[in-house]
Amino acid sequence: MPLTATSPQPCVPSGLPREQFPVLSQRVHGKPLVYLDNAATTQKPQCVIDAMNQFYQADNSNIHRGVHELSERSTRHYEEARVKLQRFLNAPDWREIIFVRGVTEGINLVAYTYGRRHVQAGDEIVISAMEHHSNIVPWQILCEEKQAVLRIAPINERGELLLDEYEKLLNPRTKLVSMVHVSNALGTVNPVAEITRIAHQHGVPVFIDGAQAVAHMQVDVQQFDCDFYSLSGHKMFGPTGIGVLYGKAGLLNKMPPYQGGGDMIRSVSFAKTTYNDLPYKFEAGTPNIAGTIGLGAAVDYINGIGIDRIQEYEHDLLAYGTAQLESIPGLRLIGTAREKASVLSFVLEGVHPHDVGTILDREGVAVRTGHHCAQPVLEWFGVPATTRASLAFYNTKQDIDALVAGIYKVKEIFG
Amino acid sequence: MLQDLYAETIKDHNKSPRNFHIMPDATRDVEGYNPLCGDKLKLFVKLDGDIVKDISFVGAGCAISTASASLMTEAVKGKSRAEAMQLMERFHDLLTTEKPAPANLGKLAVFSGVREFPARVKCATLAWHTLKSALTGASEAVSTE
Repeated sequence: MPLTATSPQPCVPSGLPREQFPVLSQRVHGKPLVYLDNAATTQKPQCVIDAMNQFYQADNSNIHRGVHELSERSTRHYEEARVKLQRFLNAPDWREIIFVRGVTEGINLVAYTYGRRHVQAGDEIVISAMEHHSNIVPWQILCEEKQAVLRIAPINERGELLLDEYEKLLNPRTKLVSMVHVSNALGTVNPVAEITRIAHQHGVPVFIDGAQAVAHMQVDVQQFDCDFYSLSGHKMFGPTGIGVLYGKAGLLNKMPPYQGGGDMIRSVSFAKTTYNDLPYKFEAGTPNIAGTIGLGAAVDYINGIGIDRIQEYEHDLLAYGTAQLESIPGLRLIGTAREKASVLSFVLEGVHPHDVGTILDREGVAVRTGHHCAQPVLEWFGVPATTRASLAFYNTKQDIDALVAGIYKVKEIFG
Repeated sequence: MLQDLYAETIKDHNKSPRNFHIMPDATRDVEGYNPLCGDKLKLFVKLDGDIVKDISFVGAGCAISTASASLMTEAVKGKSRAEAMQLMERFHDLLTTEKPAPANLGKLAVFSGVREFPARVKCATLAWHTLKSALTGASEAVSTE
């Protein structure tokens, strides 16, 4: 049957979750794959893959410019995805949804535009001690350029932000607070509404890095009242290379463009160029159209299951995993915050995480080992590296049991 | 096979690394770092003319990198720079080629199992890259990336 042009199929899940993810059905080193590296990237359900294939097979065209049928279709699907993301984050307006490559680009965009315009010598930017390198380095670059100061809000031994200490850092020189919603190295869920409320009392805008949150819990930017929120599609069952920066329109409108090029302009002459309106002002060049449509499909997929159900299921799974790991002699969990999501980061006495990871891999269990691009927080805990198992809703108690059995295998080999 | 990767000799040298101490009167000391996994070591070399008279290391790393550093210090002590570098070439071949294990590797042949684990080759070669830097006079810290 020839392909016909259609709107992307709504991504409605049916059957057992793991059956909808083609990658998960394979065997690795002769063992069923147990994928516990979801904080690095999540797997993609068939319907997300189909939505992207559909675009390339039937609709491929550039957006916002052609008068022909394919271009109108591509543009419609691209903009429909924006509205899906707006609703997913509960943003007030679709114009506040800017497509970027991922959170890294979202942070860099704000650092280069908002940061360059508003931060002067002696000003301060506040982050936390549990940030990913992507929420450290862009601010360091900015601070170096502007002779500004990066201040670090401390954490306690559980890996929880010390709100009192954080508040003490805020002063008239503070120009921005940028913090992670869920720590990728520890799993700590930060009280982002409270962090924002405190910053706003001092007149300081807040950026929230939502990379590790969006696949696991309800995000409502109006309830948080944060000024910026960013997500990466590949960490929420969507494709790589696409993400979202949400920003309050009032701030975005006052920010200069990030990159110059096509689509971000209203008119160009050699004498003067006028910029396009939101969100296009920040979307120079042909964007990742297929990725955007794939991300929209991932939102449909999550909505089809229900983020509340995912959160509840994972909460129980994390509690089970925590209890199982804590019962292993010589194992120490790194990150034991009272509010946690997805992440089980640990060290095993006498065995380096890299060796743990290799042995688990041979058992079919995929985990991450190393510093998880969060060297400062691991240094704070006094460990150079950890082994990190990170959950998604398609994981099961059997997956945890396979992890635990693998850890006992490690102990057996290292005696 | 995991048993080949974690051979008894490797586990022994991981648990009780040889020549594991700082050397205040070293001719050269160089740091090696594998940013991928955070393995860090500092290598101390005492040269007598062209001969590696003494060698030691300190640091923290995985079993493969620690055992490799330990066995390397045993293997190159008393050797000339050229001999040490030739040994490094043969060791590298052992880890990265399909050829039969080169001769004259001595205890280092125990690392033949690493070949099956490409992600771990850098762990086994970190100490050797650091040694090369120490013997050829480069002064910057060595990184595997």
